[in-house]
Amino acid sequence: MNTATLARDDAPVRFYELDEHPHPEGHSTMLGFWIYLMSDCLIFAILFACYAVLGGNFAAGPGPRDLFDLDLIALNTAMLLFSSITYGFAMLSMQRNRLRQTQIWLGVTGLFGLAFLSIELYEFQHLIHVGATPQRSAFLSAFFTLVGTHGLHVTFGLVWLVTLIVQLGRHGLIAANRRRVACLSMFWHFLDVVWIGVFTLVYLMGMLR
Amino acid sequence: MRLLPLLTVLPLLAGCDMVVLDPAGDVARQQGNLIVISTVLMLLIIVPVMALTVFFAWRYRAANSEATYKPDWDHSTQLELVIWAAPLLIIICLGALTWVATHLLDPYRPLTRTAAGVPVAAEVKPLEVNVVALDWKWLFIYPEQGIATVNELAVPVDRPIQFRISASSVMNSFYIPALAGQIYAMPGMETRLHGVFNHEGDFTGFSANYSGAGFSNMRFAVKSLSADGFARWADGARGAGQSLDRAAYLKLERPSEKEPVQRFASVDPALFDAVVNLCVEPGKMCMHDMMSIDAKGGLGMAGVYNVRDLAYDKFAARGSASTTLKPRYVAAACAVPMAPSKAPVDRPADLAPLTGAGLSRPSRPLAPERTARNETPIPGRPLI
Amino acid sequence: MTPPPLPATDPIWGRLSLNAIPLHEPILIATFGAVVLGGLVMLALITKYRLWGWLWREWFTTVDHKKIGIMYMILGLVMFLRGFADAIMMRLQQAMAFGGSEGYLNAHHYDQIFTAHGVIMIFFVAMPFITGLMNYIVPLQIGARDVSFPFLNNFSFWMTTAGAVLVMVSLFVGEFAQTGWLAYPPLSGIAYSPNVGVDYYIWALQIAGVGTTLSGINLIVTILKLRAPGMGLMKMPVFTWTSLCANILIVASFPVLTAVLALLGLDRYAGTNFFTNDFGGSPMMYVNLIWIWGHPEVYILILPLFGVFSEVTSTFSGKRLFGYTSMVYATVCITILSYLVWLHHFFTMGSGASVNSFFGITTMVISIPTGAKLFNWLFTMYRGRIRFDLPMMWTIAFMLTFVVGGMTGVLLAVPPADFVLHNSLFLIAHFHNVIIGGVLFGLFAAINYWWPKAFGFKLDVFWGKVSFWCWVVGFWLAFMPLYILGLMGVTRRMRVFDDPSLQIWFVVAGIGAAIIAVGILAMLIQFAVSIWKRDQLRETSGDPWNGRTLEWATSSPPPDYNFAFTPVIHDLDAWHDMKRRGAERPLTGFRDIHMPSNTGAGIILAGISTVLGFALIWHIWWLAGLSLISLIGGAIVHSFNYKRDFHIPAATVAEVEDKRTRQLSAAGA
Repeated sequence: MNTATLARDDAPVRFYELDEHPHPEGHSTMLGFWIYLMSDCLIFAILFACYAVLGGNFAAGPGPRDLFDLDLIALNTAMLLFSSITYGFAMLSMQRNRLRQTQIWLGVTGLFGLAFLSIELYEFQHLIHVGATPQRSAFLSAFFTLVGTHGLHVTFGLVWLVTLIVQLGRHGLIAANRRRVACLSMFWHFLDVVWIGVFTLVYLMGMLR
Repeated sequence: MRLLPLLTVLPLLAGCDMVVLDPAGDVARQQGNLIVISTVLMLLIIVPVMALTVFFAWRYRAANSEATYKPDWDHSTQLELVIWAAPLLIIICLGALTWVATHLLDPYRPLTRTAAGVPVAAEVKPLEVNVVALDWKWLFIYPEQGIATVNELAVPVDRPIQFRISASSVMNSFYIPALAGQIYAMPGMETRLHGVFNHEGDFTGFSANYSGAGFSNMRFAVKSLSADGFARWADGARGAGQSLDRAAYLKLERPSEKEPVQRFASVDPALFDAVVNLCVEPGKMCMHDMMSIDAKGGLGMAGVYNVRDLAYDKFAARGSASTTLKPRYVAAACAVPMAPSKAPVDRPADLAPLTGAGLSRPSRPLAPERTARNETPIPGRPLI
Repeated sequence: MTPPPLPATDPIWGRLSLNAIPLHEPILIATFGAVVLGGLVMLALITKYRLWGWLWREWFTTVDHKKIGIMYMILGLVMFLRGFADAIMMRLQQAMAFGGSEGYLNAHHYDQIFTAHGVIMIFFVAMPFITGLMNYIVPLQIGARDVSFPFLNNFSFWMTTAGAVLVMVSLFVGEFAQTGWLAYPPLSGIAYSPNVGVDYYIWALQIAGVGTTLSGINLIVTILKLRAPGMGLMKMPVFTWTSLCANILIVASFPVLTAVLALLGLDRYAGTNFFTNDFGGSPMMYVNLIWIWGHPEVYILILPLFGVFSEVTSTFSGKRLFGYTSMVYATVCITILSYLVWLHHFFTMGSGASVNSFFGITTMVISIPTGAKLFNWLFTMYRGRIRFDLPMMWTIAFMLTFVVGGMTGVLLAVPPADFVLHNSLFLIAHFHNVIIGGVLFGLFAAINYWWPKAFGFKLDVFWGKVSFWCWVVGFWLAFMPLYILGLMGVTRRMRVFDDPSLQIWFVVAGIGAAIIAVGILAMLIQFAVSIWKRDQLRETSGDPWNGRTLEWATSSPPPDYNFAFTPVIHDLDAWHDMKRRGAERPLTGFRDIHMPSNTGAGIILAGISTVLGFALIWHIWWLAGLSLISLIGGAIVHSFNYKRDFHIPAATVAEVEDKRTRQLSAAGA
């Protein structure tokens, strides 16, 4: 230890990096995207907190047991979980440098996402049709907002997914596109994790209440 | 140099009435004393810091070449221990003081004394006053006397007062600096405050939380009267003739500013509970009924359309007539008139002496137990 | 007094009509006239001198963190003048409205003014100032060439500006919120605030909030990823450390604000029941949530300035910072603790005594690391050689002022004391004491300190001193009476008063505010005089204060690429270490430098966001839909642009660096 310090002191001290090794482009995108996801996670945390506080305020109206159809939600959950698996396949294909396959798997993911969204919209439409609107009670406000925000995120993910498939078609598996696919992958799985929370807190525990 | 302007205004200080530090009520006096004690405690560290700042700045000025200069001195374990420990010690003292004082001066806690060394006798029942913050005036209901007033609060001196406080529309804060600290007045909720006046006199109270255009004039007169004086005052109010029933209340709650003092000879005994539960309007479901239904899981699909649009423009004067969303409320399933609430008055705390610090504190739990009315949750103290 | 009821929503114009222009307010019309006139003159001058292209190329579309930093500072300064005008109007009203006098402002106008003052000073003055400062200084201090996401940086700036534009528009079209700066429901709900004021508030903050959050993410990643070799976390300059913590707080608290305002917006637009009285809503929930953002926000503002004071004290004492490690730990402590104290903003809501004591005591605990910091600055001065240049003067003023604000803050954290002082002018005096005495004094120290770095010439000392003394004296004169008034039981946001004995204090406070106004004027004169005499004040060494950190290793102003060669760090005071050990600036062997390209996407997308916000405020649904689609479309189109960088050729670098070498040898350095 001591000798090492001495040896370093003897060596001429370098104050400037003369042969640059520039930071590889986009080397901090992943970290940045992670931090963004955490900030988004906080938004969901607030919505979850609101649901936890207001979820029992039915305003003498219907509660979860009157409204939710667990079979439908289970199907919905399955759609989203499958879409995460297929996204995983897309990532594997990308790592094997198979452009076409990557695009196809992304497409399949998008279809599952679309199915998820359709089922969710059907559920919303049904609830509103029977009179359980977001305005009816604080519980329904919190429910529609939490689930709807998640749905909006999925919608945004779908728009991104389609854009990305086109961009992959144009430029192939270049570094920038790989980075984007990886970011969307984190986003997509993040939505999956949030949905698990929604499914548990809102639907499962709602039925138990 | 910077203190000069301060010094010039010092003589003015003697002339002004610092009601917060020199109030007329025992609770406010204890709170004022706490301000002084805490300030002195903190000055123990603030004054040396300020003095050292000035001294170091002068001593180690660049022009003073005689002062020691140690450009590479940047660490001293002992010194760092001291600079963390000194504030820590002050905060430990202050923290202990805070814990005790916060519990003793909890506005929900019934008074155990009316002045230093004067405990509340067991048979003394606090005067109950129900307070409603309206747009933009104050309604005081005296259940014991069966009277009500607007923008005038009269209380007997040396008798503990228990306020039950609510609001009709938005959040206000009920504050009489001479009596005791403030507490929020919130719609659909009931907060409490205890206080006592130690001498007679005229004071003012006001809303300490901005509540809209008429907020500045939301002031009321506070009279601390002798026991006889209070009885006479109450008799005077009884002779006023007007009566405050639900219809009169609904008229009264409409927004208005600079309301003159009004007195009501009689009050609907269930009115305050209806105000707290937001169900003065006929046909509106009371909050506590709604909450007990919700606690049992709601009314199911049958309750989906159990809402009603407001028939008249309650807040027309606030301009909400033009909103796209009509005001709505949950309709009462069946409109049973409410019974007046039972036993709302908190009994005074146990006077068993507390060892140490010469303070007494109740032997039962500090937060007064809430007696459940009709076994339903009451919209009362917030949980957080 | 209240504005006429708004007309029913029109399919084309929404709620917008000619009634929305406040023709009945002569003050606003005069201001509007002045703004339009001034704006036209400025536009004419820009056109006359053909500056549009230059502005667009060099400034509006720039991704250079230094230029973006300067633009943030300009935004902060402009909005500061607006916010201060509000302050003067309030002081005047409160000094006048006694004994039956209504003053000169009606409730509708006055209530907007105090709301706008708070919103503007926090969101559009303090935030742009500190973001600008961090943007300019942090990359230089860590030896980086730019931030991690340069485009995002430009976009963040323009989103913040978009929010500011919406607030300014509310002055002349419609109204601003009359709710207080945190817009507590139910007052801010649709039933009690049916007009556009609260909608302006919501959308201005939402749009600016996007910018703030993104810039927070950007700076965290920059600090974590782009530090020069050798700069471990415990070798980062203190300003970088405090910036890191402030940005972590931004990312961990602004989403809360976004969510809460979104819920309030849903209550207003969609009729949901989060914070309503009826249907099971809970206004208390809003108060809790907004303060979960609001309290960390306080530390977002002050932490970077704690860093500035550390840099300034160390530099002007000619001495290493005392207790660097404890300074860092104190900063981290404050960062964490700031999330555990939010309830102290509403002890009076009626929580239990144990809850109140818990939050009171956690609040007091924050004063321990803060106190440790103060001692660290004190012992940095101890056995130093203190030069009293302007930055150091501001620092001393800060130390003497801030401790008083800190003391009253701890006082307010004692719940029973808060019961009598809550919402009083004592509280107002307290937070102005810490925000002016801490944040603003710190900013003025920073501006005087780093101005030569940014522009290559020092600021005029005479006018700086005039400004300093006016500010310090004015501050004490303006806010000490408020402490006294608070102890007299006077509450905040009052428009008229009964008790004539209070008036003298309001008059004194008004005089204080007038002296501050002179201080601001002197500061503007200081800038103008310095620019005028820039050749006399020219600073060629790049290191005017004998600085200690890396930003002083560059020329003033630094070249676009900051560092031709990335520096290698061996010591906390990296530049001081380099000077001491005679580090040689390399004069040959330059290489191409990889840089991000400018882009107009940021300003265009932010412009569309402004239109979107305006359309939503006025319920112009077709325009809202259209702008939302173009916003998404614009973002997608931007994502198809893969050419986002270029190389500065080695020859250009060599040219710039040669010029610098000649400049240095001419200066005899």
